[in-house]
Amino acid sequence: MSLSALAVPALLCAAGLYGALRRVDVYAALTHGAEEGLGVLLRVLPPLVGLLAAVRMFGASGAAELLARLLAPLLTRVGIPAETAPLLLIRPISGSGALAVGSELMERCGVDSYVGRVAAVMLGSSETTFYTVAVYYGAAGITKTRHTIPAALCADLTMFLLSAFAVRLFFGA
Amino acid sequence: MAMTWIWTGMVALSLACGALTGNLGALGGAALEGARSAVELCVSMAGVMCLWTGVMEVLERSGATALLARAFHPLLRRLFPRASRDAETLAALSANLSANLLGLGNAATPLGIRAARAMARGSGGAASDELCLFVVLNTASIQLLPTTVAGVRAALGAGDPFDILPAVWLASLGSVLAGVAAARLLARVRRERT
Repeated sequence: MSLSALAVPALLCAAGLYGALRRVDVYAALTHGAEEGLGVLLRVLPPLVGLLAAVRMFGASGAAELLARLLAPLLTRVGIPAETAPLLLIRPISGSGALAVGSELMERCGVDSYVGRVAAVMLGSSETTFYTVAVYYGAAGITKTRHTIPAALCADLTMFLLSAFAVRLFFGA
Repeated sequence: MAMTWIWTGMVALSLACGALTGNLGALGGAALEGARSAVELCVSMAGVMCLWTGVMEVLERSGATALLARAFHPLLRRLFPRASRDAETLAALSANLSANLLGLGNAATPLGIRAARAMARGSGGAASDELCLFVVLNTASIQLLPTTVAGVRAALGAGDPFDILPAVWLASLGSVLAGVAAARLLARVRRERT
């Protein structure tokens, strides 16, 4: 049992109890709020359809694999293991894709190996950048994203460098 | 426009690369498959999404979000001075922050969307500096317990699935700080240029 697993039921129970004790019609509020969620989903779906179609094409064409092979020499120079190149590319684009690539890396290189740990840290300390941007701006009706994507990619780049550094720091290479 | 170039670039590059590697035949199927999985994703998260917006409404009507928001006020006022003037936006921002920390990603998203929609009001489709910063913060994870990865590590027979925690915290903290710094710097650069 993890803390996270307990957090959901505890939060549901606390919300219900707190509301009921303060004389709020908890059930009516719950259903009305759920209806609002449905509207949000309808605004999220269209950008997601376009984005995922392009992502799948990119993977199927072999472009993702080719890019990873080109990046390998650069990565070893900054201390990131070259094996993680496909993970770096897919991490900002697709969450489920990154999990698939990452767990394959952990299995192939060993889950407690240097590369395996770096892959796990990369997965655990980031969100899917483009998905997050598409969902938030899609729902908010934003079309001019301005400096969001460059700044978010700066954060991702720092995370990649620090993931490899942190694993070397805490576990040795 | 950024998404336009990224999207078009990815499709064009896929076509070119598919022609070179002989994977051209798979592209059409992949595009349709991607579109279908977007719908599947939306359907599979619909229940969770609606549940959390429902719970949010309960918390809101009972005044619990106002309590929670107060705890994060000092930090959020510094990061989002304009958005935190509106009590409802500030509540959604605080709730998004606490859900992110707890690793309730499915709860954090609808809460964050609520905040983003309030911040985008009357902006004419252009993201404000604060909205950019807020989305950047959400693209950089601030999760304390990465349970999905720990689950994968446990399934693969790791000695201690959670032994990566200090490394995850260091990488997360670094990326959040880098994101805030980059968003502020780029906002200033753009303002000077115009």
